[in-house]
Amino acid sequence: MKNTQLAVSLLAIALVVGGCSKETPQQGAKKAQGAAPQAGAGALEIKIGHVAPLTGGNAHLGKDNENGARLAIEEANAANIKIDGKNAKFALVAEDDQEDPKVGSTVAQKLVDAQVAGVVGHLNSGTSIPASPIYNQAGIPVISGSATNPKLTEQGFKNQFRVVGRDDQQGPAIATYLANERKPKLVAVVDDASAYGEGIANEVEKTLRAANVKVLPREKGTNKTNDWKAVLTKLRGRNPDAVFYGGMTSTAAPLLKQGRELGMKAVFSFGDGACEGEMVKLAGNAATEGMLCSQAGIPVEAASKKFLEAYKKRFNQDPIIYAPFTYDAANLLIDAMKKANSPDPKKYLPELQKIAFTGATGPISFDEKGDRKDAEITIFAMKGGKLEPIAVFKAGKVVPYAEFVKTASK
Amino acid sequence: MNGTPRGAVFVFGLGLPAVDTFLQQVINGLTAGSVYAVVALGYTMVYGIIQLINFAHGEVVMIGAMVAFTVINALAPSGLPPLAVVLIGAGCAVPVCMLIGYAMERLAYRPLRHAPRLAPLITAIGVSIILQHLALLIWSRNVLAFPQIIPSRTYMIGGAAITSVQLAILAICFALMAGLAALVYRTRLGTAMRATAQNPQVAGLMGIDIDRVIAATFLIGAALGAVAGVLFGTYYGLAQYTMGSILGLKAFSAAVLGGIGNIPGAMLGGVLLGIVEALGAGYIGDLTNLCSYDMLAARIDDCAGGGNFVLFGSNYQDVFAFIVLILVLVFRPSGLLGERVGERA
Repeated sequence: MKNTQLAVSLLAIALVVGGCSKETPQQGAKKAQGAAPQAGAGALEIKIGHVAPLTGGNAHLGKDNENGARLAIEEANAANIKIDGKNAKFALVAEDDQEDPKVGSTVAQKLVDAQVAGVVGHLNSGTSIPASPIYNQAGIPVISGSATNPKLTEQGFKNQFRVVGRDDQQGPAIATYLANERKPKLVAVVDDASAYGEGIANEVEKTLRAANVKVLPREKGTNKTNDWKAVLTKLRGRNPDAVFYGGMTSTAAPLLKQGRELGMKAVFSFGDGACEGEMVKLAGNAATEGMLCSQAGIPVEAASKKFLEAYKKRFNQDPIIYAPFTYDAANLLIDAMKKANSPDPKKYLPELQKIAFTGATGPISFDEKGDRKDAEITIFAMKGGKLEPIAVFKAGKVVPYAEFVKTASK
Repeated sequence: MNGTPRGAVFVFGLGLPAVDTFLQQVINGLTAGSVYAVVALGYTMVYGIIQLINFAHGEVVMIGAMVAFTVINALAPSGLPPLAVVLIGAGCAVPVCMLIGYAMERLAYRPLRHAPRLAPLITAIGVSIILQHLALLIWSRNVLAFPQIIPSRTYMIGGAAITSVQLAILAICFALMAGLAALVYRTRLGTAMRATAQNPQVAGLMGIDIDRVIAATFLIGAALGAVAGVLFGTYYGLAQYTMGSILGLKAFSAAVLGGIGNIPGAMLGGVLLGIVEALGAGYIGDLTNLCSYDMLAARIDDCAGGGNFVLFGSNYQDVFAFIVLILVLVFRPSGLLGERVGERA
């Protein structure tokens, strides 16, 4: 981080000095002659934007995403990539969208104005969707490493991609697992009324109904709710066998904790928004034991060893969920630029559309909508305060995790 | 609660709620409401004396929770008895909040006491923002998990669960309210406070040190806020630097509901608001589920095959506080127990 800042500030100084020298006409001619060849062989600065919430309840996930992209960019800089005959110097422009759709759009405009060549982000579907028309208008390729709402890639934008699965894959995955393995008679579905939460909850409900499981009328909170007692008390009266909540950790943890306090025995299940170790910290060991959750893609620990080691070495911690995906997203942008030999979005976008790339999360290619082909969804269960992968959902089928790892490593 | 549903009684096609659910909602509402009431006292006392809506009071509550969090977190592994740890946590939160309350009054509000009414109000919003960001700098932006060191025991009363933490919250809140009422109506300081509230100039002429009385009001309000913050943190198990704003707004609504400036009113308003909120969130989804009305169900496609079409869900929980606020302002601007808001506002 310090290095990039240093590089940026040096560049800024260079620009200022360059600007000043132009104002002195006597020396101007000589200096310009000297500077021209230098610029030709010199650095080509390519800005890549990254957007995620860096404040608020999910800031830790935002930072994790940013770290993934940062690692990719630092590695690319160390590799001395040449684009258009010049040394490419990639710079990460990291922005905070505060998980707020309005701020998300403002930040998107800011990145467009800063003329970034590509964007990795946003973390949330709720901010990605309103920001997407802004990037689309500017023609800047955007790859999200974590936005799972189907709408994102259903808008017909040629520049919008994602390297994770979609809610309409993730919802069916956890619902199919629930219906097949836990066989509940009655399920309560709750969401946080956000684009993500509602989207995944709708998909879960649809799949459960199709499997002839009864679903209670939908209950809703907001993405700031921390008192779920009214909702849970009502649900407790109906005695469901399982509860699914579409929402993020900061609201999912109180939901789970208060449900147990009220004496609910149901299996609690969540989407990827609440599929992380932080749940144990916020809701406690006893409450989280046995909870189920899904993550689009493969578990962090199933990412490539090379990535995991590099991440640990650089940031002195393990990636949380989506860092391998934002890492791949940034690498995809860089790879497409290399192939097109240009950081110009118009020139490298076609390369991105037909890319076939093996990243930290396995082979990546995109379908015509910009979704990743054959994305996997993993189901986790909490055991003794740790999330353990128990099954992988791929192409409509649930495969036990141990079996999946065996076939994947072949 | 594990029993099979008893014979359902239908009223207009609606399943009547099981008794235990209703009782549970009331207990939950009562617990949250008693915390609102204690916070509302801070608003109402200050308003009663200097007609200032101290919007920074919610942040004082938040800082109370944060200080207690830090202390409890540090002492939790020390092996002290859990109750002692929580008491020490609260014991640290109270003086810190009192200091903030005093500093707030001395530095921000006292210089503006004779300024136009809008100036201190906007200053209060400014103080609120400053305190919130100060907390952001100190305690980070993350949701902090309050250490759950007191083993929570659950008691069943007529099919409703009530935890030992809930019982403790109810006991503490009602004790605080009784204590405050005794202070205001039975002591010299209380008499001075009431005199200042009635007419500061005349009270001053009678030899009451107005500045001291006002400072004392802020100190007491902040101390109550600190305790409320600790209770809130223990109850939900979470603390975050933004928690003061919504809690403050609800407590303010409770104060207005009861009649701002009126101490028993704030208590009544807080408890009522908590119950209205719990019942509202608990039942609005059923009441607005159009599929439960036979006449409509036939015309809505979503209802087919046991589907539902819910107009307003429980996510409108936070809205109830403000619906109540609006209704009170429209139909009874002086609140349930308020008498004399109009003359000074």
